[in-house]
Amino acid sequence: MQEVTATSRHYVDRLFHPDPQKVLQGVIDMKNAVIGNNKQKANLIVLGAVPRLLYLLQQGLSSSELRTECVVVLGSLAMGTENNIKSLVDCHIIPALLQGLVCPDLVFIEACLRCLRTVFISPVTPVQLLYTDPTVIPHLMSLLSRSPRTQDYITQIFSHCCKSPEHQTVLFNHGAIQNIAPMLISLSYKVRMQALKCFSVLAYENTQVSMTLVNVLVDGDLLSQVFVRMLQRNLPIEMQLTAAKCLTYMCRAGAIRTDDRCIVLKTLPCLVRMCSKERLLEERVEGAETLAYLMEPDVELQRIASVTDHLVAMLADYFKYPSSVSAITDIKRLDHDLKHAHELRQAAFKLYASLGSNDEDIRKKITETENMMDRIVSGLSESSIKVRLAAVRCLHSLSRSVQQLRTSFHDHAVWKPLMKLLQNAPDEVLVMASSTLCNLLLEFSPSKEPILESGVVELLCSLTQSDSPALRVNGIWALMNMAFQADQKVKGEIVRALGTEQLFRLLSDPDTNVLMKTLGLLRNLLSTRPHIDQIMSSHGKQIMQAVTLILEGEHSIEVKEQTLCILANIADGNTAKELIMTNDDILQKIKYYMGHSNAKLQLAATFCISNLIWNEEGSCQERQDKLRELGFVDILHKLTQALDPNLCERAKTAMQHYLA
Amino acid sequence: MQSKGNNYSKSDLHSFLGNHHSRNAVIQNQLSQGKEGGICCEDRPNIYCHGKNHKDAASVRATHPIPAACGIYYFEVKIVSKGRDGYMGIGLSAQGVNMNRLPGWDKHSYGYHGDDGHSFCSSGTGQPYGPTFTTGDVIGCCVNLINNTCFYTKNGISLGVAFTDLPPNLYPTVGLQTPGEIVDANFGQQPFVFDIEDYMSEWRAKIHGMIARFPIGERLGEWQAVLQNMVSTYLVHHGYCATATAFARATETLIQEDQTSIKNRQRIQKLVLAGRVGEAIEATQQLYPGLLEHNSNLLFMLKCRQFVEMVNGTDSEVRCFSVRSPKSQDSYPGSPSLSPRHGATNPHLHSAGADSPTCSNGVTPPNKNKSHNKYPGVSSASSSSSSSPSSVNYSESNSTDSTKSQPHSGTSNQETRCVASDSEMEIEAEHYTNGVAENSSTRIMNGTYKHQEILQAEDGSLGNGVAEDSCASRQLCGGNQAATERMIQFGRELQGLNEQLCREYGKNATHKKMLQDAFSLLAYSDPWNCPVGQQLDPMQRENICSALNSAILESQNLPKQPPLMLAVGQATECVQLMARVRSGSCSFARVDSFLH
Repeated sequence: MQEVTATSRHYVDRLFHPDPQKVLQGVIDMKNAVIGNNKQKANLIVLGAVPRLLYLLQQGLSSSELRTECVVVLGSLAMGTENNIKSLVDCHIIPALLQGLVCPDLVFIEACLRCLRTVFISPVTPVQLLYTDPTVIPHLMSLLSRSPRTQDYITQIFSHCCKSPEHQTVLFNHGAIQNIAPMLISLSYKVRMQALKCFSVLAYENTQVSMTLVNVLVDGDLLSQVFVRMLQRNLPIEMQLTAAKCLTYMCRAGAIRTDDRCIVLKTLPCLVRMCSKERLLEERVEGAETLAYLMEPDVELQRIASVTDHLVAMLADYFKYPSSVSAITDIKRLDHDLKHAHELRQAAFKLYASLGSNDEDIRKKITETENMMDRIVSGLSESSIKVRLAAVRCLHSLSRSVQQLRTSFHDHAVWKPLMKLLQNAPDEVLVMASSTLCNLLLEFSPSKEPILESGVVELLCSLTQSDSPALRVNGIWALMNMAFQADQKVKGEIVRALGTEQLFRLLSDPDTNVLMKTLGLLRNLLSTRPHIDQIMSSHGKQIMQAVTLILEGEHSIEVKEQTLCILANIADGNTAKELIMTNDDILQKIKYYMGHSNAKLQLAATFCISNLIWNEEGSCQERQDKLRELGFVDILHKLTQALDPNLCERAKTAMQHYLA
Repeated sequence: MQSKGNNYSKSDLHSFLGNHHSRNAVIQNQLSQGKEGGICCEDRPNIYCHGKNHKDAASVRATHPIPAACGIYYFEVKIVSKGRDGYMGIGLSAQGVNMNRLPGWDKHSYGYHGDDGHSFCSSGTGQPYGPTFTTGDVIGCCVNLINNTCFYTKNGISLGVAFTDLPPNLYPTVGLQTPGEIVDANFGQQPFVFDIEDYMSEWRAKIHGMIARFPIGERLGEWQAVLQNMVSTYLVHHGYCATATAFARATETLIQEDQTSIKNRQRIQKLVLAGRVGEAIEATQQLYPGLLEHNSNLLFMLKCRQFVEMVNGTDSEVRCFSVRSPKSQDSYPGSPSLSPRHGATNPHLHSAGADSPTCSNGVTPPNKNKSHNKYPGVSSASSSSSSSPSSVNYSESNSTDSTKSQPHSGTSNQETRCVASDSEMEIEAEHYTNGVAENSSTRIMNGTYKHQEILQAEDGSLGNGVAEDSCASRQLCGGNQAATERMIQFGRELQGLNEQLCREYGKNATHKKMLQDAFSLLAYSDPWNCPVGQQLDPMQRENICSALNSAILESQNLPKQPPLMLAVGQATECVQLMARVRSGSCSFARVDSFLH
């Protein structure tokens, strides 16, 4: 060790020799010494070779040969461990190298770019460093035409440093597309491939880029045609996969129609092939994820994919890693399998979720795949958060099927792991899980009972207090589903657990969805007469207040309609009726809505009045008189002439009760 | 529009479908009749059905089975109408399978049915396979003969493997059952909906990769030596003396033949290629006494060529009369040296296999190419068909076809060269002749050169003659009266030689034809633009040149064919053998795609 350090020291010392020729020889010897020798690299860094090399590099007096050799050594050092990269970045190698790009010497520029490439593709390098100096990107663009090497390195740098929409925009604004497009037909495979990768990064979830790409011509061909040619089966898998990604992103951005031949007959089949057993595990993961993304919004693509090359069955294989064979035969293989097992599973779940998001037949096909439900159930409790999330997404997609809710979901007691998952999970998992729970709490779902017994109410109530609107919606939505046709005990529990205060806070929620579902919950709570009377007797005052507030507020037709429906329900109660009858303000509002221009609101308000004048034993006479006094009869008369048949019918029924 | 009931004519059925199409095979095929009822056809290439229940089912199938050697086979069926219930089956069946049933129900029968989307693998019960199909859908069926599997496509989308372990010799089959079902089959007459080319390109790449990555393991060093030897012997064979020496020095290998011998051969070859056949004969007789005397066929061929070159005005016997000696015919456009062109040649080598897929014309059974195959005599060589390798050089140039396609004939002659020389040599080995040489060479035998001197002195002049004066108008024997007289005299001698050979060995049709063709040149005012003018093309010298070269090598107990060519021939033969044993991959393992 001592000895090694001594020789390393010697290399560094030679960099300080007064004779430039000796220094050059020293750098060249250093270059030969560090190649492939990580220990030597570390030593030299510790001994301070980097600042000296950077000094020599930036020194105006250095010969261009010396400067090039310095960059080559730095590049070699960067090829070592991540720690090496960190040290280099800490020594401000990036600005020094970027500065070097201004030099006219092509060999030197290529060396700088090669070194920059190595530094930037490392995950430890902050990508922002590329964007700090605004002159860098335009200069890199101008260097693209210098040689195939500069093209290769610069596109690699772009691909790795484009991590956000802002980066995409910067590169786009500096003409990345026009500059890189011609490289797609370069003679060098490397250059073609890097250009393609660059486009896949630029187009990802970027409408502006995608829309531009679709109109670009390369040597007379549309870019999409160039990409399609790159999907050819005899080309390297990497190229097929990346080209498919480009087309997928362009399609998702709306630049290519989902029924375009290049998507249906080329991109989709290519991605399905990427999922096949013959492909490498990494390729299968990428293929499945890209395919899931491609067809997510389009049921027709989902249908096509579901019959392509037995995709649904093919995906079942993703769960067989590490395989039993690999464990016995080959420790290296086992390691490899283990590393990718999570990725494979989550990718498969994602793809299943996408496949089954709309079509009932596909969902059936998925649940009938070998051990599928068991796999989802165990996926829900896996250690990897990615797998849990994907599994719950898959479950959510399948839970849209009434048939599956009634059968496989119940048979496999999926609610158990789902409930467990809801206990403490990050928000994104919670959103999916609670959304799935909403479906499981639908009244026809056999899982509803056991879930209720597991004490889900508290959990859902706590969700309604979340900062995330999506979670609040799901929480209240689930409660709403739960309250539908529920017995008194459940309703009481919901009201108790939620608390009126929280209920009214939700009624003033800025999110309309939350408000709608809360009103829905109220409506479900206020059904069947005894329930109405009981709840109104305890919370009548607050509910009436809230209703008044909403009817007076600036809300959508749907919200107002829902609110009027609540009033109608209240009017259906025995004792609860009085809360309306004694509230002239509310009665005036009902009157107003009966004369509203929107038929839906008219209908809901008429419903309410109709309930109030309903002729049953007791005090209906008194109410009828009061309503007549307030002029409701005249309005009802008018409404019997209404154009809307429902409204007309409803008004006539109400009038009949008067006559009785 | 459709004929009713059972009365349909068989000939109609045969007329309605076109060719099997696959990339490598174009074989006539049609769907043939099923049973007496049910199926009939219209003017359109449709199949129409009248049946009611499963007893009314009937299938039609192609007239020819799928050839194994095509590698990948594909056809598509468009559902014109699903009829009453759409009970349609598309698939494959072996010969002798009951045609009154839908494909898939019986043994050696495979089908994909439209009503339920199930696949039927020789069984009455189907397996869930793909979607159902109905009016307007296009169903494709692809048989992969490399791994013996089959997959279907629907509207251009692959549905995945349906059957594995398929037996050979299956026929494309379509079965219908209920009234009004109409389908339309496409064997490649129209473009396919599914991109079958892309699928085939994948398999081609796969098989090429398999060959390119064939593991050689421990024998890496051995291979190196073998390869070096191949290159070296190839260079030596063709007389690239300096290159061979440099190569031997660089790779530290030995050259079997000594330098002088190589140079001599090179010298003789150059003479032949320059059209100076007389000098070549002379040099051969000097350097390799007895060679031509023992090889009267070769000598005759050389003499015939010499005559042609006299007409051309290039042979030294007539050139000496001419003031402006070099002739335009000397020039070899492009490369003046004898460089074999593998890329172009090998497709022809391939085509020798009768069941090889590219086989566009009958050509020759492959075993005739074998280098060890000894022909009993001259007769066999001449009796074989005109395109047979053993019928050698001039047959090619005589055919009027080849004159029409000049660029091709040049290369095909090159290609037959190495093969052709075999049989000739074999033939000669059994026959004995003498006296021939003296007879014809008396005039030429005036030289007193020493071998080395010939080489040095004339190399330069050979080179000079080539490029010069290539657009000068061409005249018989260079337009010189004396030369023409000499040529006519030479012609008489040649005629005499032929008669003498006939007396000794009996009639020889090849010789006769050769002679006739050569003499025919004189019948035209412009021999270069006449039906037999092809002979004057300098390219025609290559065959005789290589025949002579091989004969010399053999007389020195050296291989008459370089091992490299032997290996190429062997590989080609191997691929043909694969075709014969029905290995589908052979169609994607072409030798020529590995020769650049």
